[in-house]
Amino acid sequence: MGIIAAVTALLAKHNINVQTINQNIVDGIFNMILIADMSKSNIHLKDLQSLIASKGKEMGLEMKVQHGDIFHTMHRI
Amino acid sequence: MITIADVLETNSMIEKNNLDVRTITLGLSLRDCAHEDIQKCGQKMYDKITRAAANLVRVGEEIEAEYGVPIINKRISVTPIALVGESCQSRDRVILAEYMDKAAKEVGVNFIGGFSALVEKGYTEGDRRLIASIPEAMARTERVCSSVAVGSTKAGINMEAVAEMGQIIKQTAELTKAQDAIGCAKLVVFANPVEDNPFMAGAFHGVTEPEMTINVGVSGPGVVKRALEEVPEADLSVVAETIKRTAFKITRVGQLVALEASRRLQVPFGIVDLSLAPTPAIGDSVAHILEEMGLESCGAHGTTAALALLNDAVKKGGLMASSHVGGLSGAFIPVSEDAGMIAAVTCGSLGLEKLEAMTCVCSVGLDMIPVPGDTSAATLSAIIADEAAIGMINNKTTAIRIIPVPGKKEGDRVEFGGLLGYSPVISVKPFSADRFIARGGRIPAPVRSLTN
Repeated sequence: MGIIAAVTALLAKHNINVQTINQNIVDGIFNMILIADMSKSNIHLKDLQSLIASKGKEMGLEMKVQHGDIFHTMHRI
Repeated sequence: MITIADVLETNSMIEKNNLDVRTITLGLSLRDCAHEDIQKCGQKMYDKITRAAANLVRVGEEIEAEYGVPIINKRISVTPIALVGESCQSRDRVILAEYMDKAAKEVGVNFIGGFSALVEKGYTEGDRRLIASIPEAMARTERVCSSVAVGSTKAGINMEAVAEMGQIIKQTAELTKAQDAIGCAKLVVFANPVEDNPFMAGAFHGVTEPEMTINVGVSGPGVVKRALEEVPEADLSVVAETIKRTAFKITRVGQLVALEASRRLQVPFGIVDLSLAPTPAIGDSVAHILEEMGLESCGAHGTTAALALLNDAVKKGGLMASSHVGGLSGAFIPVSEDAGMIAAVTCGSLGLEKLEAMTCVCSVGLDMIPVPGDTSAATLSAIIADEAAIGMINNKTTAIRIIPVPGKKEGDRVEFGGLLGYSPVISVKPFSADRFIARGGRIPAPVRSLTN
């Protein structure tokens, strides 16, 4: 199964809405950034972090989830 | 809306350039723990610390996981113990340090600061007893940090205390000589100390502070260096602007973490200290920032000017990023904790005199400096007096964390381990200040202290 399909299926299952997906190569390494809204989700961030980390392990990839505030806070006045 | 560019930039700072929150420090008042019986006083201190800080480490780890930013240390600072222990009948104060150490281990913090006395103008009996206990307290405990304030712009310099602290540092070195005098790495002498510093070893919870606060220390010298690598030919106005903008972003992380920690622990937010604090790791060096600015090696002529620009730009950028900035807030230059400083001392470009000049324009002072083991107490006191004078006249904080390593001479290598790093021993001048230090008394407050 493709990476995008696997991840978005997991998110959809928990009512998490995908906003942006971007794929790029940084320093020769494939990178996917996915920005989502989990305000209506039935799970907590901590749970999502474990689920995504496990999915990553299953697929041989490093996957992590971060709270969006850290990006908002750094790049806005 | 978060953008992809934001995500890439932030995560690059964290993963490649060592952006981290250096510490979340819980400041805690122990003023209500006073008791005539030192064991009861110690027990009250232990109970209060373990209760107040019970969730500190866990919350730090949670925030780290959620945001993906490393939070390197969780620490505690307390009311200067000279005040807390003032009423104790016993002469010795080491017992109180042992209670602090036990409490720190119980809650899982790696340092607890505040085994301190403030003697800028003179001593109380409690101050004398605390200071006399410092060497043994530093030898018998692992995680307790100590500090003594010997002068300020308003009070002048207490030269009796300066003389005593030279001896206290020697005794502390002797009692911990099996570990390269590591006791001295946990002891700071100050002029104009701040009451809300979250960094060790000089952290204490001042008497003007409330019952409890959360103070956060950020860091990111690697991030600043990386930003400057993008502008290798730019003029110094652009360099200053680049540092300022980067300091803003770094401090924002500290602000976020501080507010979250405050909310989750139900403890009021105090300040963010936006200091650039290096570690011995590669890519985490303040000296390398100065070299990136165009110096062949840190300590070359031009270093003081470069550091003045850096320190000021860091403050300007950080100020906008946080609702309350405090602590020391600027650039740190601890020798053994900065890979670039270590290299500069080793190759001979950096010595004690240049370090002293640098302390005039940056936040800290002569920090983590190993000197020969046979350096006399009077010479150590004279070095302290010099730093205190710089702080007093310039209305800034200066500090001395100097380590005379028994059995080692100039050029020998000293290993403190972990974040405390390593360094070659730095030479001191062989000329005597014995008679100057033996005079005692007070250096009066300078005319600029009369600000009313």
